[in-house]
Amino acid sequence: MRRRAVAIVGAAETTALGVIPHLSQIGLHADAALNALADCGLAPSDVDGIATAGESPTAIALALGITPTWVDGTAVGGCSFMLHVRHAAAAIEAGLCKTVLITHGQSGRSRVGAGGFGFAPSSLQGQFEAPYGIAGPPSLFTIPCLRYMKDFGLTHEQLAMVAVVQREWAAKNPRAMHRDPIGVEDVLASRVIAWPFHLLECCLVTDGGGALVLVSAERARDFREKPVFVLGTGESVETPMVSQMEDFTTSRAFRVSGRMAFAEAGIGPREVDHLMIYDAFAHLPIYGLEDLGFVPRGEAGRYIWDRNTAPGGELPLNTNGGGLSYTHTGMYGMFALQESVRQLRGRAAAQVPDVHVSVAHGVGGMFAAAGTVILSNEPG
Amino acid sequence: MSTTPPREPRRARPVPTPETQFHWDGARAGELRLQRCRPCQRAYFPPRPFCPRCASRDVEIVRASGRATLYSYVIHHRPVPGFTAPYAIAVVALEEGPRMMTSLVGLPQTPEALVLDMPLEVSFQKLDDEISLPVFGPAGSGS
Repeated sequence: MRRRAVAIVGAAETTALGVIPHLSQIGLHADAALNALADCGLAPSDVDGIATAGESPTAIALALGITPTWVDGTAVGGCSFMLHVRHAAAAIEAGLCKTVLITHGQSGRSRVGAGGFGFAPSSLQGQFEAPYGIAGPPSLFTIPCLRYMKDFGLTHEQLAMVAVVQREWAAKNPRAMHRDPIGVEDVLASRVIAWPFHLLECCLVTDGGGALVLVSAERARDFREKPVFVLGTGESVETPMVSQMEDFTTSRAFRVSGRMAFAEAGIGPREVDHLMIYDAFAHLPIYGLEDLGFVPRGEAGRYIWDRNTAPGGELPLNTNGGGLSYTHTGMYGMFALQESVRQLRGRAAAQVPDVHVSVAHGVGGMFAAAGTVILSNEPG
Repeated sequence: MSTTPPREPRRARPVPTPETQFHWDGARAGELRLQRCRPCQRAYFPPRPFCPRCASRDVEIVRASGRATLYSYVIHHRPVPGFTAPYAIAVVALEEGPRMMTSLVGLPQTPEALVLDMPLEVSFQKLDDEISLPVFGPAGSGS
């Protein structure tokens, strides 16, 4: 059984979200970090542990004037922040540091001070995938889906419904980039990006960021917000080459990470009140629901179609509107964590009643990596 | 004041490493070459000088049959240097077991023509004197 020894006491996103051309990528990290520290009444000088991805932790330390005794630069794509929470919890429990700041910032849309997407031509992806006309995640992350559709009978309408339901959540969220209602027919009539994926089944491209502050559960009582306790975490990687996944109908990294997080938390999917599954593309909630054990294999498409994850449904999923409608900077994992924290604090725009346990599940580097974080507003 | 013409974006071109050179030498010679672990007798891809299952360095280079089936794909609709959209980006399952990403040739790039599990066979698309890419088309077409 887990000690439940670590809690999130500060959480915030960037002041603006969506299009932020007046801040560079590192400026977005700093804006989010200062907001999260203000949220828990701390200053950068109180921080002795930092973790980030996309920028180096040294750049963050310099920007904010932090002298850390624990540093984590794990960068496995958009779920890196889930891994940072896991590593930070271990570091605090081990006494390596007391106050951890995790930052994310990305100028995904305005490209101010941002890096690019590309593989070195001598890397395995550069030799054996890039030459076939791939152009970033929309042409790679999507490739396994047709196999899933054939093997399990997932229909185009069910895939489109993922975007429809998430837009319903986004409609309740003033910070969501897209809030106008859409129907299945709108999704299927939108421009084809990489068949079977239409524009509305692909994530947004935005600027933004977010940050978290973690301390020991003992110290967490001293902060003004009700703490959000880390109950369980998991992480894994599978392959940086989509073509080399063991099975295109399931993610090994999702399964390993999810199983580990639930085992550590000592609970099962039935005890989860609220769920965030990183949705860079519409098929990911389907893989996530099955690989984390919420829905039997092959049934997630129908489960979403039947409105179980929609407002009023039994398993509220991606309640901020998700990467498809809320925001997606390029590394969305931080935003899934932020929404879990808001729901557990009772302060989400589309607040779900009686949320006690929330799961934030992230993916990274297409299907390369996964991280799962189980959070609660009760110490357990 | 001089103006520099914008640099034409180039098609992605593989740069072999010592571990992968045998594969590209094979492709240039019109052969699809894989590695096989002698103790496990399993063929594997992408190249590396040891077995990904048992870590044995006792591996041999074998010529694959070139036969495969279509495992999954997307049809990409956006412009990419060297490609005319829409075009398929596919993953095929080789007869020997491993999977590889590829292009589909000799077939309309449409959902109707590209049927999962259809039999395919390898051919080679010459990019330059050094690099030929393994691509796949309908089995028996001799493409």
